[in-house]
Amino acid sequence: MAKQVYYEDVEIGSEVPTLEKISTTLMAVRWAGGSGDFNPLHYDDNFAATQGTGGIITHGALKRAWIVQLVTDWIGAKGRVKKFSCQYRGMDFPRRMATMGDPAEGETWLCKGTVTGKKVEDGEHLVECDIWVENGKGEKTTPGSATVILPSKKG
Amino acid sequence: MTDEVKAMIGTMAEPVIMEVERGAIRRYADAVGDDNPLFHDVEFAKNAGYEDMICPPGFWGWAIKGKAVIGGLSMVGAVLVKAGLFRILDGGVDQEFYIPIRAGDTLTAYSKIADIREREGKAGKMVFTTVETTYLNQNGDKVAVNRATIIAR
Repeated sequence: MAKQVYYEDVEIGSEVPTLEKISTTLMAVRWAGGSGDFNPLHYDDNFAATQGTGGIITHGALKRAWIVQLVTDWIGAKGRVKKFSCQYRGMDFPRRMATMGDPAEGETWLCKGTVTGKKVEDGEHLVECDIWVENGKGEKTTPGSATVILPSKKG
Repeated sequence: MTDEVKAMIGTMAEPVIMEVERGAIRRYADAVGDDNPLFHDVEFAKNAGYEDMICPPGFWGWAIKGKAVIGGLSMVGAVLVKAGLFRILDGGVDQEFYIPIRAGDTLTAYSKIADIREREGKAGKMVFTTVETTYLNQNGDKVAVNRATIIAR
């Protein structure tokens, strides 16, 4: 894990270190198993064709989990997520697999964030940030926000 | 929106009991591609001050006996399908975390249909349903609240 970040280290406008992800059909199946969401919209072409989505789409909750990881990677072992929200605004389409382990050429998704506020409340050092998933065209398909509690150097 | 659908606002689902297992936490984190040792390594988590491995925020463990995690969603889903709105999409979440959830916890999830509203979208009528779930741990402490919105069209 990265070095522990402290409340005093961040300022409004600070960037959360970018996390890169590639959505694939393989990942969709792993996510179905890991999360318990077996909706065939995320791995079955024939069913997806009945849903008006233009094909199988990446689980919204997987994109949510990506930006949760963005935040938990950043805040380190001593940080804690207090609030989190996101909207599944735009659909994302996973890459197919070229081999058993490697995705076909295609889109790469970037998870990003910026600090929008900080305050001390009830003894908690709170940092607010905007977070989002950006598709290969630079569009924010999954915008969200989080409030985290960071440790303070003042104890 | 039919009265039958509107009348479901406020409906509570049967509480669902969920076990938080180390293996399930690891499989979930692996599915995200998240190798954070807090979600994989018991000793690391203990050294960080937790009693056991913790869950990534937003993972609640497994529902016992395969019951729907959010009973309310399946309840309202059936009515929406009956109303001809059979294309269901996840709309988003809004979550508050009070106490980190750790391996060994047993959670009870209380879900209710908090809101159902209709909107005219570009592609016709859309119905937004928000299900609010409150999670209590084995000591009766509130650990988290999750509000999930599903879109039917």
